Amino acid sequence: MSDRIFGLFGLVLAAFYFWATSIIPDSFMVDVVGPRAFPYIVGTVLAVCSVYLLLRPDAEPDWPNLKNFIEIIFATAVMFLYGWSLSKVGFVIATIFATAYLSWRLGTKPISSLITGVATSAGIYVVFHLVLGLSLAKGPLGF
Amino acid sequence: MEIFANLADGFAVALTFQNIMLALLGCFLGTLMGALPGLGPANGVAILIPIAFTLGLGPAPSLILLTSVYYGAMYGGRISSILLNIPGDEPAMMTCLDGHPMALQGRAGEALTLSGIASFVGSFFATCGLVLIAPQLVKVALLFGPAEYFALFTMAFATLGGVTASNQAKSALAAALGLGIAMIGSDSQTGSERFTFGHIHLYDGIDFLIAIVGLFAISEVLIFIEHHQGGAAAKSGAKIGKLLPDFGILKRSGGTMFRSTIIGFLSGVLPGAGASLGSFLSYSVEKNTVDREGKTFGKGDPRGLIAPEVGNNAAAGGALVPMLALGVPGSGTTAVLLAVLLQLNITPGPLLFRNNPDVVWGLIAALFIANFMLLALNLPMVGLFTRVLLIPTRILMPVVAMISFVGIYGLTGSTFDVMMMVGFGFAGWMLRKLGVPLVPVILGILLGNEMEVNMRRALQVSDGDWSIFLGSPLSIGIWVIAITGFVLPIFFGNRVKKKMHAGHSEVEVEEIDEGGD
Repeated sequence: MSDRIFGLFGLVLAAFYFWATSIIPDSFMVDVVGPRAFPYIVGTVLAVCSVYLLLRPDAEPDWPNLKNFIEIIFATAVMFLYGWSLSKVGFVIATIFATAYLSWRLGTKPISSLITGVATSAGIYVVFHLVLGLSLAKGPLGF
Repeated sequence: MEIFANLADGFAVALTFQNIMLALLGCFLGTLMGALPGLGPANGVAILIPIAFTLGLGPAPSLILLTSVYYGAMYGGRISSILLNIPGDEPAMMTCLDGHPMALQGRAGEALTLSGIASFVGSFFATCGLVLIAPQLVKVALLFGPAEYFALFTMAFATLGGVTASNQAKSALAAALGLGIAMIGSDSQTGSERFTFGHIHLYDGIDFLIAIVGLFAISEVLIFIEHHQGGAAAKSGAKIGKLLPDFGILKRSGGTMFRSTIIGFLSGVLPGAGASLGSFLSYSVEKNTVDREGKTFGKGDPRGLIAPEVGNNAAAGGALVPMLALGVPGSGTTAVLLAVLLQLNITPGPLLFRNNPDVVWGLIAALFIANFMLLALNLPMVGLFTRVLLIPTRILMPVVAMISFVGIYGLTGSTFDVMMMVGFGFAGWMLRKLGVPLVPVILGILLGNEMEVNMRRALQVSDGDWSIFLGSPLSIGIWVIAITGFVLPIFFGNRVKKKMHAGHSEVEVEEIDEGGD
């Protein structure tokens, strides 16, 4: 079933890709085949494979239960939020909370995971920014 | 002897104080990453690429650092196979068969030393083979026109899964996804905007490093979270026992090493075989030659440990031949190395040998140096590396995630890219669950534009006549290999795979790193 859904998704994606290819504007420079030929080929491969998956799906993969699936969604959301907040609060603060969350969800006790967060954040800041001179996201507080 | 002169120049590039220090650092980090659960060679190199570049290292030094990491990770992978019976990546699976029984008999130290020497032998002779064969392949490759290159790229995708690919539709779909992503951005030939939908972040296309780090490293973190695997891989300091093996064993396994080097190297060079098949074939050939009755293999026979380890490392070296000479990688880790080169604005292929011999030969010299360093590092420091297995992943994985973020942000300075990387991470997790291989996606992103350019150049030459792709015996030959490589696994793939996994049913194969081939 999962493969069928995936195949369906692939077909929709291929259809979208075809449409997006068809609206690629021509430019004043031209070559024989133009900018659309290769994407059409790629879209065709995508569509053919998706149809195959619809017709001949593999055995059901080992999906996590709902609780663990929510866990994955939350972890993804936290990392996404981390990326968004980097420019708002700066590297050090964002990293403390993101590390603490991930570490907590992997089984560290809440207080220890906060300590892990602080240590990781400070460690990366010192090693990568102060020692190696990498530029990290700056927040309103300057770090 | 042109080769030796070239190699001497290469060593002159590689043997500066800074480069030796970088090689040492790379070997050390690489072994650590190889030993850590869940971080194979591909992951390790992927995370370090952006960091190496933001540090402002030049092309040769960053190349040396990252190839040392690559070789180091190949070395480190055996530690958890032997001590814990957990293969770090698929090629290391065969190492468990005799390595772990040795550890159970209290000969872990011996097993680690022997496999260290075996790794050295395998990669040393494979690097020699690379020196000899790559320039010959370059001579052939110089005959290639755009049509042949297009066929060659297709072949790379068709044979990527190797004979053990489980579902070719999924491999092809993965390749299409990667190629589709590569099309995003301005068209290199005409400048038309493709698939950007007016989004300014997409005009330059999607940086392949974002995709690689997201698909490999972030999806790995998600897998760990899914399984709540927060503990350390090893419960306490594993008993290692005496380190030095009986040197008679080494003498007696000379033949084993010789056979396994050849088999491994060939599986690395040939399209569609790769390191997994290299170690599998070495092990079974050895079993059939020296242990016909099946008395000692699988019960801690040192030769059963040496054979796959030599084969695996020889294949890793052999895989560099098509990558450097043709620009077509055959496995996940070589794909990541290709990313390193592309990031440095170096396009591997025959022209690289002609125009930038210093890069090629410097790289090869670095491989030799890394090899000796690894042997020197590994034998005395194996105790330290085994300690790494005690770090709980609940601390390790978040740190890995953060370092990946730091690398990407440092490289692009854009929070949009960081968010996109998380998106790739989630997509990578979904694809892994569905059994869709990630390496073709990466390869598609890396090679997509080059492949399209060659297709369009060929059609430009023929003025739009598509028959040019079958216009020379060379390209017809490549197409035949491509089609055979794609179709064969459909009939034989499951049988070979079953055989490979048969001896290994007691190990959880689920956790094997997808990108670590």
